[in-house]
Amino acid sequence: MTAKAILIKRLHPIIESMLAGVIGLMIGAVIMLGYGYNPVAAYVSLFQGSFGSFYSWAESLANATPLILTALTFAVGMRGGLFNIGAEGQLYIGALAAVAVSLIHLPSPIHIVMALLAAMLAGMVWSLPVALLKLTRGVHEVISTIMFNWIAYFLALYVIAHVLTDPIRGEKTISIVETSRLARILPGTTLNYGLIIAIIAAVVVLFVLWRTTVGFELRVSGHNPVAARYAGISQRRQILTVLLIGGATAGLAGAVQVMGRPPTYAVLSGLPQLINLGFDGIGVAMIGRNHPIGIIVAAIFFGGLMAGGRIMQFSPGVPLELVRVIEGVIILTLAVPELRNLLGSFWRRFAKKKVHDGS
Amino acid sequence: MEVEHLWGILFISLHAMVPITLAAIGETIEEAAGLFNIGLEGILLLSALTGALGAEMSGSATVGLLAGLSTGALIGGLFGFISTYWRGSQLISGVGINLFAFGFVAFMLINLGAPGFHSVPRDVQVKLISLGVGSLSPLVFVTVGLAIAVYWMLRRTQLGIRIRSVGENPAAADVAGINVNALRLATALAAGAFAGLAGAYLSVDWLGAVTKELTAGRGFIALATVVFSGLNPLLALFGGFVFGFFDGFATWVSTYPKIKDVIPWQFVAMAPYIVTLLVVAGAIGRVRFPAALGVPYRRE
Repeated sequence: MTAKAILIKRLHPIIESMLAGVIGLMIGAVIMLGYGYNPVAAYVSLFQGSFGSFYSWAESLANATPLILTALTFAVGMRGGLFNIGAEGQLYIGALAAVAVSLIHLPSPIHIVMALLAAMLAGMVWSLPVALLKLTRGVHEVISTIMFNWIAYFLALYVIAHVLTDPIRGEKTISIVETSRLARILPGTTLNYGLIIAIIAAVVVLFVLWRTTVGFELRVSGHNPVAARYAGISQRRQILTVLLIGGATAGLAGAVQVMGRPPTYAVLSGLPQLINLGFDGIGVAMIGRNHPIGIIVAAIFFGGLMAGGRIMQFSPGVPLELVRVIEGVIILTLAVPELRNLLGSFWRRFAKKKVHDGS
Repeated sequence: MEVEHLWGILFISLHAMVPITLAAIGETIEEAAGLFNIGLEGILLLSALTGALGAEMSGSATVGLLAGLSTGALIGGLFGFISTYWRGSQLISGVGINLFAFGFVAFMLINLGAPGFHSVPRDVQVKLISLGVGSLSPLVFVTVGLAIAVYWMLRRTQLGIRIRSVGENPAAADVAGINVNALRLATALAAGAFAGLAGAYLSVDWLGAVTKELTAGRGFIALATVVFSGLNPLLALFGGFVFGFFDGFATWVSTYPKIKDVIPWQFVAMAPYIVTLLVVAGAIGRVRFPAALGVPYRRE
């Protein structure tokens, strides 16, 4: 292959993701038109709210922070051949673990490290049964992770109401203590040092997957299980590795969300600041083509949609939920690998017809 | 415990069985043909919404059920197209359907002027059949009938053999003159229609409302039921009843003060999911799935 051909091959996934993004926004516009909203006004407002100013950039990055981490969970799974959609539950447990560390007193930097470690460990512990069920009983991870997500949800509600309950406000947990909070990068915004933690996690995953034997074996068994078996790579160990790495990053996502996002620094009943971050992470990983660098870019795009979506909700008043509709369309588009070829062949047929008509 | 309570639990279980079993029977047809749709949850949610709207606009519960059924068939068909002719990823398109459904239903609930909750008027809900000791929805009987019919169709008819051959060995089926993609698309449509009916049942019949959390993982429990049943619709009926029992049990306990004080409701609410895990973990091993499940067919 020539250098140019390699470049074009590398560009394909990027073009596909951008195409899917455009299709998602277009269908979002059609839905808005159908319900009497003005899509142009909505998208202008969305863009201004996401990337239109210094402040909105900060909010977009703040929204991107947990998404980078939950997307890593899904991406490591996909690279290792597992469809791990358990980030949602693991992040709840991680957030609660981070809150629990506030029960002990420690000096600041150590306290933060302890809380982050506890959250990672909690996420790993929560994903361990998924690995064991798959290894010993052959239970498909799609079913087990979803069930554990629901169990985690109700467990979290219980812990909020009965274990880590705020003595003054019963509908939330105690707040993270000052020594365990992540400082804000920009005063007046919600952007905090969690972003740096998320980027470090992405770089670590990048390094482990592409520069170590563990990562190589993981990718081989995900890409071609038969070849991996012939090469003597233990499939069983890969399942465990994938789920443990995924649990750790998902747990971190919960931790940075609760340790870094003002104003409450606590988990509220109903988990408003955590819910759906795991599922949105799947979308981010898909758009970022399950690559850590792609994920960072896709998370900023999606964090922007969320930040801008809130502005769009005020003016011109389009519900924030439209953002998730767009996300669903983008993923459906990305599920069709041959879309590019399909569009290409339509275009060629169309162009041919034009030539014929002309002659 | 009085006898009425036992009847009450039985009837709640039967009502809770319907959506899980209906979605599971449809998914059984589709999985027999080699398709695996994890978007069932989204189909349930979308058709619960369209079912409710259909019933309210027409004033008829039957129209509502049909609206849900058609929505399901439409989304199932989209999934079918993506996973056959377009050779797309079944898991990823399933996730796409779920996210789209979550977003769209939440979006619509706001447009309907009731963020988060939309109740269906009593007079357009499905009329229950009174049985003396309590009332049952006609959909309970429909579900049992459909389970038997699909069992018979898959095991005893030529269509059933064709569907299974497409799931086991699509290349051989192709050589035998079966249009693999067309048949798979048809099963995806059917599976969508079943899930659509199940979704409409949630809103137009059993729960009488549409919320964002209406489906509560039932689509995934239906997937688990298919695993547990080993693609046998009659076992799906039984599995749906077991899950329905714990689902109904949770609802029942949460209103029963004596138990409510002993076990926190959050733990009772976990029960259906824990039971699903245990049952699936116990069932696997003896279950064999179609060889070509989840694999797109491409002519060599």
